[in-house]
Amino acid sequence: MRRLLWPLVILAALLAVNVLFTPGFFSIQVREGHLYGSLIDILRFGAPLILVALGMTLVIATGGIDLSVGSVVAISGALACLQISQDAGVFTAVVLALGLSVALGVWNGFLVANAGIQPIIATLILMVAGRGLAQLITDGQIITVNDPAFKLIGGGYLLTVPFGILLVLAVLAVTAFLTRRLALGMLIEAVGGNAEASRLAGIRARGIIVMVYAFAALCAGVAGLMISSNVSSADGNNAGLWIELDAILAVVIGGTSLAGGRFSLAGTVLGALIIQTLTTTIYSIGVPPETTLLFKALVVTVVCLLQSAAFREKVFKRRARTAGAQEVAA
Amino acid sequence: MKKERDVVMAVPEPILRMTGIGKQFPGVKALDGVDFRLLPGEVHALMGENGAGKSTLIKVLTGVHPVDTGTIDLDGVPVAFTGPLEAQRAGISTVYQEVNLCTNLSVAENIFIGREPRKRGRIDWKRMRARAAELLARLDLDLDVSAPLEAYSLAVRQMVAIARAVDIEARVLILDEPTSSLDAGEVAQLFKVMRTLKGEGIAILFVSHFLDQIYEIADRMTILRNGRRVGEYLVSELSQVELVGKMIGQELKELERLHGEAKRFDAPLVEARELGRPGAIEPFTLTIHEGEVVGLAGLLGSGRTEVARLLFGADHAGGGEIAVGGTPAALRTPRAAMGHGIAFCSEDRKADGLVPDLTVRENIILALQATRGWTRPVPREQQDALVGKYIKALKISPPHPEHLVRNLSGGNQQKVLLARWLILEPRLLILDEPTRGIDVGAKAEIQRLVVELSDGGMAVLFISAELEEVLRLSHKVGVLRDRRLVAQLPNDEELTTEVLMETIASGGRP
Repeated sequence: MRRLLWPLVILAALLAVNVLFTPGFFSIQVREGHLYGSLIDILRFGAPLILVALGMTLVIATGGIDLSVGSVVAISGALACLQISQDAGVFTAVVLALGLSVALGVWNGFLVANAGIQPIIATLILMVAGRGLAQLITDGQIITVNDPAFKLIGGGYLLTVPFGILLVLAVLAVTAFLTRRLALGMLIEAVGGNAEASRLAGIRARGIIVMVYAFAALCAGVAGLMISSNVSSADGNNAGLWIELDAILAVVIGGTSLAGGRFSLAGTVLGALIIQTLTTTIYSIGVPPETTLLFKALVVTVVCLLQSAAFREKVFKRRARTAGAQEVAA
Repeated sequence: MKKERDVVMAVPEPILRMTGIGKQFPGVKALDGVDFRLLPGEVHALMGENGAGKSTLIKVLTGVHPVDTGTIDLDGVPVAFTGPLEAQRAGISTVYQEVNLCTNLSVAENIFIGREPRKRGRIDWKRMRARAAELLARLDLDLDVSAPLEAYSLAVRQMVAIARAVDIEARVLILDEPTSSLDAGEVAQLFKVMRTLKGEGIAILFVSHFLDQIYEIADRMTILRNGRRVGEYLVSELSQVELVGKMIGQELKELERLHGEAKRFDAPLVEARELGRPGAIEPFTLTIHEGEVVGLAGLLGSGRTEVARLLFGADHAGGGEIAVGGTPAALRTPRAAMGHGIAFCSEDRKADGLVPDLTVRENIILALQATRGWTRPVPREQQDALVGKYIKALKISPPHPEHLVRNLSGGNQQKVLLARWLILEPRLLILDEPTRGIDVGAKAEIQRLVVELSDGGMAVLFISAELEEVLRLSHKVGVLRDRRLVAQLPNDEELTTEVLMETIASGGRP
């Protein structure tokens, strides 16, 4: 619980800044049978990032990293839209898109676990090649679709709640069940914490590694469906661009070490929400568009410094020392 | 008699003299009043078991660590180096076990890196290659100096490192376990170079775990034990038995045996036939019966751990076969060995035993969970019951299942590792140095546990550097030396630590 303290403080601070600029920030209303408000928007637009970050959490916990999730987002959206535009039906489209995503994840896992390639290199291959694959699927065009059933995934509502939020909750529940109720989480943490000791304890590390990369790709595939559904189109070039970096950032802000081992799903969700809230804040306080990236980088730097135990210790120590010196002077 | 010879030998003035060296690390006295000297033109072996203080002495000499007490004189002038570079400038060069060269650069570049011969500000490649070839010729080496170093074997790289060290006007050359990864031919090549250097008056400090090599190349040796100097001896005057005894510091008295009357073993559990792995352990044949404790004795690096790892499938065997319970078994992975009821408590708890960031409970149930797969978690009540039982039985302290293992002491970490394997109820338990680095109380508990387990029918392979302990616990002792299982001795009335030491020293040869 203490590990979640700083992410919570940061999120609260960001939300408080928003209240200063947008007085009605916390209000949630029901309009035309839909939940409506800034907080709902943060959740809704943050849903794809939360999904990708959840998958990334498990990969990072094994001591790996997955740079290809952004490309998988694009591929999944492209394949689904292509199928729908060819009248294949939403169900078939979704199954095919997610099936391809999982296959790509298994490929990543194979490169890491069986071929012994460093995760950052192994997934870099698909990061680059995947964009090409997405463009092949869309034939270099932006495919536009108009299907109410497909629109539900990223832009629709169910029982007044945006469907995307429900989807995230479902994936979160399944992930929590697999890792914390079943033994997957402990075995992942063992492999990430000490790979050789895990092997000597009889853990089949390869299977687990392939599984987490497949899961990360599946999450990215669902996020890809959400993103393309929300804009009713597939853009092989820009869908999910740089989302892998935001996801890695979310995982780290959430307190999971890039070295592998212990992971926190709740921390990752908080981390993703912080990033999404930051994006919203940039719009709401009216940061000029040409400086948004710089502004985001500054905030992220501060967040990371606050998360760093070494940095906090230095700052607090210095402050304690100055306070002590003043007392002596007084 | 002795006095006369000293006069005849007329020992020359030492190049290097270390006097009363003391070095304290937090909680450990690594060196305690150690005297050491190096004469010109000699190969001087520094001997001692693990933790005796050999590395610390070398590090203090080369300025890696400052000395707490004592003095170092080089040519009669007191020196205190602040780092290896300064020591090198003064003429003391070190070649480490892991050669620190750049394999992607050429042989010549490696020899002259950082001090390339220059002409008008630019590197004079021609002269560099010529000087490199000259230098290697002096060591009787014929290499293509412009070929990348990676084109050559480990032994050649080692010699390039030596060539580099010698060229920096070295008068003292420190070789820290240079032979541990070389084969016999390469060792011979290295020794030839060492003899050449010796002939030029360079003093060589040589560290090796291979006794035969010491007796082949060294003139004199200094033995350390527990941070103290045992003595300095001429190699020709100290037998291998005496050497082993002085290194281990064994009191040669008959020890009580924990086992009662002699047991008869007639149910072979694990039979290894001509099992081996090139470069790690020569093919060996070993049978372990149900309820039998087989001890493995030998010096560090003699192949004890390698035997254990092969039996557990942690390494791939290069040849030979294993039968478990009379039927041939393929133990290609630890998982396969576990399926046959074999468990392995590894020697290096931190590197390949425990997962430090997991809790005591998680570390204990890890192997059990691994055998069930992730889809069938061990029910929490069962976990708590098992973990509670072993925390109590092994007296793990503090007795909190949710503490992180990294915060436990060495002895308690060892017990956590033991508990992990005991809950699997294995048929063969392999214990590699289970009592190293733990306090006396925990040690006695673990020894008692081994006896209880074997009385209950479990077979145990017990590996320890302490001969006394091996002798106390084992029904049969396998002796290893230089990566070969040289003898298997029944533990009867005639087997003493003295006999074991003799066997280690002689390599089982009569």
